Amino acid sequence: MRPMSSVRPTRREVLKGGTVAAGALILGAYVTLPRRAFAQAAAAPINYDPNVFLRIGDDDSVTILSKHLEMGQGVTTGLATLVAEELDAKWSTIRLEHALNNPAKYANLAFGMQGTGGSTSMANSWEQMRRVGAAARVMLTQAAALRWGVPPAEIEVEDGVVLHRPSNRKSGFGLHAAAAMALPVPTTVTLKDPKAWKYIGKRVPRVDSVAKTTGKAVFAMDFRRPGMLTAVVRRPELFGATVAHVDTAAALKVPGVVEVVQVPSGVAVLAKDTWSAMRGRDALRIRWDTTHAETRSVEEMLEDYRKALKAPGLVALRRGDAGKGLARATKTVQGEFTFPFLAHAPMEPMNAVMERTPDGVEMWGGSQLQTFDTGAAAQVLGLKPEQVTIHTLFSGGSFGRRANGASDWTAELANIVKAMKARAPVHLVWTREDDIRGGYYRPLALHQVRAGLDDTGNIIGWHHQVAAKSIMIGTPMEPFAVKDGVDNTTVEGIVDTDYALPDLTVEAFNQKTAIPVLWFRSVGNNHTAFVMETMMDELARAAGKDSVAFRQALLAKDARAVAVTKLAAESAGWGAPVPPGKGRGFAYHHSFGTRVAMVADVSLVGTEIHVERVVAAVDCGVAVNPDLVVSQVEGSVGFALSTVLRNRITLNGGRVVQGNFNDYEPTRIYEMPRVEVHIVPSTEPPSGIGEPPVPPLAPAIANAVHSLTGQRLRSLPLAPVNSSV
Amino acid sequence: MWSASGWLALAGGTLVLGLLLLARDASSAAPTRRDRGLSAFGTIATVVTGPRCLNCHQAERPLQGDDRHAHIPRVERGPDNLGAVGMRCTACHSLHANNETSGVPGAPAWSLAPLSMLWQGLTPAALCRALKDPARNGKRDGAALITHMASDKLVGWGWNPGQGRTPVGVPRAELVKAMKTWVAAGMPCPDEVVMNLPSDAHGRAGEGMPW
Amino acid sequence: MVTLTINGTEHVLDVDPRMPLLWALRDRLDLVGTKFGCGRAQCGACTVHIDGEAARSCSIRVGDAAGKNITTIEGVTGKVAQAVQKAWQDLDVVQCGYCQSGQIMSAIVLLAAKPTPTDADIDSALAGNVCRCGTYVRIRKAIHQAAKELA
Repeated sequence: MRPMSSVRPTRREVLKGGTVAAGALILGAYVTLPRRAFAQAAAAPINYDPNVFLRIGDDDSVTILSKHLEMGQGVTTGLATLVAEELDAKWSTIRLEHALNNPAKYANLAFGMQGTGGSTSMANSWEQMRRVGAAARVMLTQAAALRWGVPPAEIEVEDGVVLHRPSNRKSGFGLHAAAAMALPVPTTVTLKDPKAWKYIGKRVPRVDSVAKTTGKAVFAMDFRRPGMLTAVVRRPELFGATVAHVDTAAALKVPGVVEVVQVPSGVAVLAKDTWSAMRGRDALRIRWDTTHAETRSVEEMLEDYRKALKAPGLVALRRGDAGKGLARATKTVQGEFTFPFLAHAPMEPMNAVMERTPDGVEMWGGSQLQTFDTGAAAQVLGLKPEQVTIHTLFSGGSFGRRANGASDWTAELANIVKAMKARAPVHLVWTREDDIRGGYYRPLALHQVRAGLDDTGNIIGWHHQVAAKSIMIGTPMEPFAVKDGVDNTTVEGIVDTDYALPDLTVEAFNQKTAIPVLWFRSVGNNHTAFVMETMMDELARAAGKDSVAFRQALLAKDARAVAVTKLAAESAGWGAPVPPGKGRGFAYHHSFGTRVAMVADVSLVGTEIHVERVVAAVDCGVAVNPDLVVSQVEGSVGFALSTVLRNRITLNGGRVVQGNFNDYEPTRIYEMPRVEVHIVPSTEPPSGIGEPPVPPLAPAIANAVHSLTGQRLRSLPLAPVNSSV
Repeated sequence: MWSASGWLALAGGTLVLGLLLLARDASSAAPTRRDRGLSAFGTIATVVTGPRCLNCHQAERPLQGDDRHAHIPRVERGPDNLGAVGMRCTACHSLHANNETSGVPGAPAWSLAPLSMLWQGLTPAALCRALKDPARNGKRDGAALITHMASDKLVGWGWNPGQGRTPVGVPRAELVKAMKTWVAAGMPCPDEVVMNLPSDAHGRAGEGMPW
Repeated sequence: MVTLTINGTEHVLDVDPRMPLLWALRDRLDLVGTKFGCGRAQCGACTVHIDGEAARSCSIRVGDAAGKNITTIEGVTGKVAQAVQKAWQDLDVVQCGYCQSGQIMSAIVLLAAKPTPTDADIDSALAGNVCRCGTYVRIRKAIHQAAKELA
């Protein structure tokens, strides 16, 4: 074998013989799920084989196979950028496809299995995808050298062109592709010096913009198979209730309805079209067994949470001696904070298509945790994981909802297919009401906090209690996210705070309810950051210090944190007088490896809070595509604003009150503030951006309201504000 | 605090009582034609200030529902009472009938009432004057008003408003009867009645008291 | 039987006249660019043009759409549509993209009627189009850019 050499300028990267298991495993196997899938992923060497991740066509097109789900965050553009950079592909030839489910090939290196989430996509792909591109470039060079009978060192590759200057021969990639992909994958590659980047760090157009602006992008909702039936499911109004009796006679009479089957989650009506299925469902008569159902209201649940806090909780963190500090504090700030259940409400409701194949099933859906979904379908249908093929499609938003370790919608669909003996392909569709009322919410949460200051304004004790249902306990994720009973997602943002709090005690109180809960964009941070950052504001005021300077002193050991707070504050004009009638508030939070600081400017119209401007500073390491980073900050503001102003899921005797966008209203265009985004220049590897801009928004706004009215709001959504100071 | 419909019932009932008392004070003899007319107006006022009517007799933005909240999504009058560009009433509302699938109500001529027919915030006396003033009621005399209440399809929607909306409580035939009584009596209007009604504690965008 | 004229082509459908136009488009005619987001005229993902006006197809009965000119995202043509789609692409407005057919259909109607819309005009015209990904900043920018291009 001839030694491989690269024509690239040097950078001293060496391919390590790493395995997936060598990376930080955040998620792992659960015993009853197919262990094989996880074992495959865990033992597999990290895949750098271009054949796994890209295809070069005769037409010179370069199709990137994305191991990650495109749910709007731009990950397919990001992955394509990494590959195209090192491959020296021409951007306009880039195409994208989602990869099939195969944990050995397509694992998220941070998870140990195939999945997208935790804002890990760019971070875990950073090295891998660039190496894939570089390897492909080497292989193309060699193939061209072989074809043209010249030394590889004389071959140049640039902007989609393969060139042999001495003999003036050139071509696109397509000519050499087949030969190149058959060559051995090089064991060493060198990556470009950042100074040579053409795509990374620049604005390249999204690979999916054209399809999504012409009605051509195919979502699971759009996918069709011959003979396909549409299924909608009647689920109980009370979580934890089950079917006692079902009368299907009227439903079966609705034109277009074909069959009614019972599944663990309820009763499914199958019809020839979606509208007929919905009408059929309306005609079902079901009696429910509510023995184990949740029947409390939210207020009653919060009362139970308060009671629970009176006894000691599970210690998530004990550092120093908070009790002693609080005892000698000269000033104390304390409060109770509550956060409602929240529905993710992505624009595309849950739905997927499943069809039997000669040796298994195929599923088409916006699958976010492919390995779990594979396992769930296999388990329900009595198949081996290898017999389940998942075609991942564009997902119309997720915000965490499509990433369910319990694979609720996949399992439901598999159960329907099983119940009707797979005699036709099935499209399971959730309506918007199903979505808003269907659970898997951001957990209801209650915090009680006490923090004390000494007479020079130092925080000398912080006692923090959080009560919420654990997201992870009782799910396939439990082994890796729960330690000594403490679910990290309940207390993240507190236990890992950047602030120098030497005397900090954090207790978690796992609450029980039949209502299923799930991670909601930024997970625990979407409530913990609100508490931390409004407490910081109050403590700053109690200490007589500027809100930003107070925080910066506590962040002094973290230069990146200080830098991002400075950038936000300076960009927003912090410290200058705020115009009359306006309030200005600050917040900082570090989550998923990314630091974000925000300044919100608000005004009041009657009792309504108007957010006029949000200035954000972000340190996410290398911004692979700065414009995408900006879009994720803008998008996080748009997404989260309605959760600050009004969204909540409430219960009436255990029944969800809300049902559609009229009573669970998302942010509208006329409420959208101006958003300015400043990215801290960095050479650090990229960290995440899909979630980190969410946590600081709510506290920045609450702090702004306080600066305007003197009112301290400690619950979300923010209550109608008293405009009199 | 009381719901908006609670206040309405109180206000409506108080109005009728107040008018009757006024009538009684004026003469202890049998009710006159004027008395009957005023009493009939009480019935008319109850109907037109109910949510099915008053929700669209608004200045800029219609209300929705029995609880009279501001219309979601946000819509506005527009230059021709039919909505802004891109958000016309007919973008969602049928000009034929209620839509059972989407739950969106519909009827012929669906729109915000002309600004001249803005009734929100009017006292009973002012409401009465507005109803009978041809400059403000679509150039209608008494007979035309009766016909309007008896046969107009959009008015008729109030009795068949679709799921989730309470139909007008007074039967249409009774309203028509009251219209005839009122018109026959010369469309008398109550004097301004001073009522110390507590302000609506909701502060909702439904603008507090129904009148 | 109902005859629908969609994107200039007549389709005769054996369909319940009460079926929402949205489902006739998606399930009978495979025109899946028009999306289902809420089914109650709250989100605008189902927006089509009926005789040039924006309409929520989830709330229009097939029977009531007969005899009208229906245009979907697959069939929009003309310089306004082109300018809108180009601006959307130039500025990378989309994220998940599921709401964007509806946003674009509404934007086209706005620009056709108001070639130089103000921010308030944009807010009014697109008040019924929800985007959960929060692309509103770019939607506004793209409409202004398309307006400039059309001027």
